Amino acid sequence: MNWTLAVPELVLVLCGLATLTIGVLGDKAKSHAGLATWLSIASLLFAGVLVLLSPSGIGLGGVFINDAFARFMKIVAIGGAILAMAVGFDSNRRAGLRHFEFPVLMVFSTAGMMVMASSANLMTLYIGLELQSFALYVLCAIDRDRLGSSEAGLKYFVLGSLASGLLLYGLSLVYGFSGSLDYAAIATALHAGAISPGLLVGMVFVVVGLVFKLSAVPFHMWTPDVYEGAPASVTAFLAGAPKVAAFALLIRVLLGPLGALAHQWQLLIEIVAVCSMVLGSLAAIAQTDIKRLMAYSSIGHMGYALMGIAAGNEAGTTATLVYLFTYVVMNAGAFACIVAMRRRGEAQTDIAALAGLGRRDPALAMGMAIFMFSMAGVPPLAGFFGKLLVFVAAVKSGLWVLAGVGIVTSVIGAFYYLRVVRVMYFDTPAEAFDARARSTSAVALVSGLATAGFVLIWAPVMAAAALAARSLLAGTVG
Amino acid sequence: MIVTAFFYIFAAILVASAGMVVAARNPVHAVLFLILAFFNAAGLFLIAGAEFLAMILVIVYVGAVAVLFLFVVMMLDIRFDQMREGLQRYAPIGAAVGLVLFAELVATLAGLKIAPVEAAAPAASGLTNSAELGLVIYTRYIFLFQACGIVLLVAMIGAIVLTLRERVSSRKQDIAVQHARHPADTLVMADPVAGSGMDGQILRAPGWTPALDKPAPARLETTS
Repeated sequence: MNWTLAVPELVLVLCGLATLTIGVLGDKAKSHAGLATWLSIASLLFAGVLVLLSPSGIGLGGVFINDAFARFMKIVAIGGAILAMAVGFDSNRRAGLRHFEFPVLMVFSTAGMMVMASSANLMTLYIGLELQSFALYVLCAIDRDRLGSSEAGLKYFVLGSLASGLLLYGLSLVYGFSGSLDYAAIATALHAGAISPGLLVGMVFVVVGLVFKLSAVPFHMWTPDVYEGAPASVTAFLAGAPKVAAFALLIRVLLGPLGALAHQWQLLIEIVAVCSMVLGSLAAIAQTDIKRLMAYSSIGHMGYALMGIAAGNEAGTTATLVYLFTYVVMNAGAFACIVAMRRRGEAQTDIAALAGLGRRDPALAMGMAIFMFSMAGVPPLAGFFGKLLVFVAAVKSGLWVLAGVGIVTSVIGAFYYLRVVRVMYFDTPAEAFDARARSTSAVALVSGLATAGFVLIWAPVMAAAALAARSLLAGTVG
Repeated sequence: MIVTAFFYIFAAILVASAGMVVAARNPVHAVLFLILAFFNAAGLFLIAGAEFLAMILVIVYVGAVAVLFLFVVMMLDIRFDQMREGLQRYAPIGAAVGLVLFAELVATLAGLKIAPVEAAAPAASGLTNSAELGLVIYTRYIFLFQACGIVLLVAMIGAIVLTLRERVSSRKQDIAVQHARHPADTLVMADPVAGSGMDGQILRAPGWTPALDKPAPARLETTS
């Protein structure tokens, strides 16, 4: 019962409970959202430090594992959550969302992600996933007086429950045919004996359930509607950290217990990756709403990141991890810019609203341009390195088709990212936006610097990702 | 032998009633079929020797969840026949996809024996089902058990955030305010002349404030 492994999660949950208590017992007449947000950011930072200090090993009755991989994923997820929370600071205030529960739910969701990253047992996987998802369902619907928000929450909830059902069915089949819930025992059972078809069916259902959370094609239908309907601060969160956690699960399950089935799931992941990249780039062309554009963009990005898993080796996993890091950073920055699009108190999501931003607000336009160029994969920026790594990993594993499709779709994708830049710099200026809040500018600045100067932080990120990938793959063998 | 027979009876009714949940035209019937399905699943659990799970299934799902479903179905005025209008249009596509999936499942599982491995019987410890569960849940799986608690807490926070509205017009009882009131704050003794009444005038106590006397809901005003 080595409970010290889970100290970051325990501390984060306790901090969340304390924040909740302060909000509930506080003066009813005032809004505690600001205080709760500060407390939540502080507790996330504290949990992040604890993650870095946490020891490695398997504990808590064999259901919880902490290794370099878990630490990397947790740090990226916590970073994404902090950035999203900072984005929400001002946008929630202006949108009239004064619930102190907002940051508290984000904290619980992040705790769920950390449990997901540390799962060593199918039950841990499911409970972590549900903790993360439940909080997200509520967050999507939190602007309850707006029809779009309620619709987004309900859609996400109904489809998410369906995906959970599929996942549970798959987990039950895997359990039934391998005889254990522990990853290590499942891996041993699979390596020892013949692989039964029931196990394969279970594996397919597990992949379907997890891919739904990634919003990869063909389980992406909810993404544009939910991204568009949910409050901007929630979308910023939804598009970043949860994807990292879902990837953590997918990588851990596929390369760990189901590693023996690599020949079976490789094709599955390849198909999902190709479909996501193609749909993400083609469907985004026709979008006029920037949040929907970001939804299709995230579908495409998930396709690229899946490419590394399809490679199924250490280089591929490293590539996926670096890709996720760059994705979270530029995604948070892009949403900080989107949140800043407010005119006379009304949130603007039309791409046309950006017209002439280059002359009205050069700093914001500069930031947005950096994120768009980075997402398109233009060389010195962060997005390029992620794409380069996954392409190299795919080619080295002989997945030429995957790499080829990826290159073609990035060219198509560049078209719609650059269209946003064109609107900002070459169209007739529209009316000016409201003054930006300092918190929003800070997020955009931090993400912008990390995206533009990724060359400078390249070495430590790459080293951490490689260490994480090595620890994960060594765990499956030994 | 008799156990096997009962297994198939329960399983057949379970599958049939689960199908009827989807197919029933009347939503109330669908919920009743759902309850039947729960009962049969409980029967299957009993056969498997998991009497605790069987009872929990009946108490929680039949006793609480299904009854809640019935309430919701009856209280919400949903025209289910309207919701089914698209069914005819999409039925062929749905059926085709379902058939393909089913064929694939059959093809995959064709080589499969119904019970491939005889599961090793767990060592009998002489403890009851619930005692065994308690021993595992509160020791080995304490982390997961507590995590489930947090999941429920999140669901509860969600329900409150999404539904609670502080209504100004609601008539709440504030006991502290009631205790702090004196008769002199609210009562005025009047001595009208016999047969004349108060002539419709309203006497106010010196300590009377409009804040203490909240406006009555509109519904009551219209009836009076």
